Amino acid sequence: MATPFALLKTSLVKKYWMSLTGIFLITFLIVHLLGNLALLGSNDGNEAQIAFNEYTKFMTTFPLIKIVSYVLYFSILFHAIDGLMLVAQNKKARPVKYAHNKPEKNSIWASRNMGLLGTVILIFIVTHMGSFWFKYKFTEMPIDPMGNKDMYSIVVLSFKELWYVLLYVVSMAALAFHLYHGFSSAFQTLGVNHPKYTPVIKKVGYAFSIIVPAAFAAIPLVIYFSN
Amino acid sequence: MNLTIKVWRQDGPSDKGKMVDYKLTDISPDQSFLEMMDVLNNQIIEEGGEPIAFDHDCREGICGMCSMYINGEAHGPGRGVTTCQLHMRSFNDGDTIYVEPWRAKAFPVIKDLVVDRTSFDRIIASGGYVSVNTGAAQDANALPVNKDDADAAFDAATCIGCGACVATCKNSSAMLFVSAKVSQLSLLPQGKVEAHDRVLNMVKQMDEEGFGNCTNTGACEVECPKGISLENIARMNREFMFASLTNK
Repeated sequence: MATPFALLKTSLVKKYWMSLTGIFLITFLIVHLLGNLALLGSNDGNEAQIAFNEYTKFMTTFPLIKIVSYVLYFSILFHAIDGLMLVAQNKKARPVKYAHNKPEKNSIWASRNMGLLGTVILIFIVTHMGSFWFKYKFTEMPIDPMGNKDMYSIVVLSFKELWYVLLYVVSMAALAFHLYHGFSSAFQTLGVNHPKYTPVIKKVGYAFSIIVPAAFAAIPLVIYFSN
Repeated sequence: MNLTIKVWRQDGPSDKGKMVDYKLTDISPDQSFLEMMDVLNNQIIEEGGEPIAFDHDCREGICGMCSMYINGEAHGPGRGVTTCQLHMRSFNDGDTIYVEPWRAKAFPVIKDLVVDRTSFDRIIASGGYVSVNTGAAQDANALPVNKDDADAAFDAATCIGCGACVATCKNSSAMLFVSAKVSQLSLLPQGKVEAHDRVLNMVKQMDEEGFGNCTNTGACEVECPKGISLENIARMNREFMFASLTNK
């Protein structure tokens, strides 16, 4: 038997990895969102600041989460590189384009533009990690009343910048479209297609793709428009 | 009906090719699309030109030869029909109709609207068969087959190999075709024995031919004249996964 990595040149294996890393990233979104919700708490007596900074400390120091975070970095990189490789290969499969084409008659826009949407999301992730993750790990941070690194203030400060909020909202819209197709597509790629379960997977996927990015985008908007 | 037909003209595989406009008058809405093309060719011949080369054979939707990309869709605007089953009543008087060949690296143009689809034949030759003689038709119930499996195998077997799935896929992927051919055999007892080797070899050949990957847009399923379902692609994905993981 060849190893899964040796098989990476096979079209189907590339897709399996897209699917597996994609599903892992979907589960990560839930965890990330739950943490972010701490930002929305009332901060009259520094409660939100302390809660969010405690959470950040836990996420960066707890050993099991540290291991998962490396799997996460790998998944993001792999999903992006594998995806871009697939896009390049797919472009090569049709050297001469149609003079007149109506793809909207048979498929949705998001499904045909996963590469474009993914690129927007990738650019966002790079900016996002630069302004938060990199700052937290490699630069001197302010300290909160409990003696923890004050990630809360850094985040709130960023969310007061118009360009950052706009980038955030646009990226979450791209994420919504990416998930609208990607969620159920991941299951189809793994061979999960059944008259009983597929309609449920699709409905959950559509709901997820709207609710989760909307909730993410709501946080910087709330902070930007509040005093 | 009076129509403007824009057709892809290409002298041979190495010719660059271009879209050429033709005017047609007095086309009956009851004519089939290919009959309209015949009328157009007569007109071109009478004017001393070279007729448009296009593939066709049975003209009743079963041979899989006709292959035109009409107005931006494989086999034109109809659903569940091949180009030969498309009628001019699907268009309006005064319409401009674009007619192009299937576009894929694995389907090179031979001339005008004729493409070379032997890549499909090579995929079949790589495993789309049962190696042993399975004998005459079995006595009923001697070889129990679940009714659902029999139906699914039959549905997959209705694929005529026209290539509309490849033509319509944004990636020129042959997944729907290959998965139908994998499914029609692997669902039945005679084909199950070689299911693992078959799926591995056919996917390998599919990749070597230069078809693209599957993005699950579902366009193939919509444009397929035989209504082959995406369930077949999922089945192939499953079978390939199990075969890769378990084959020695």
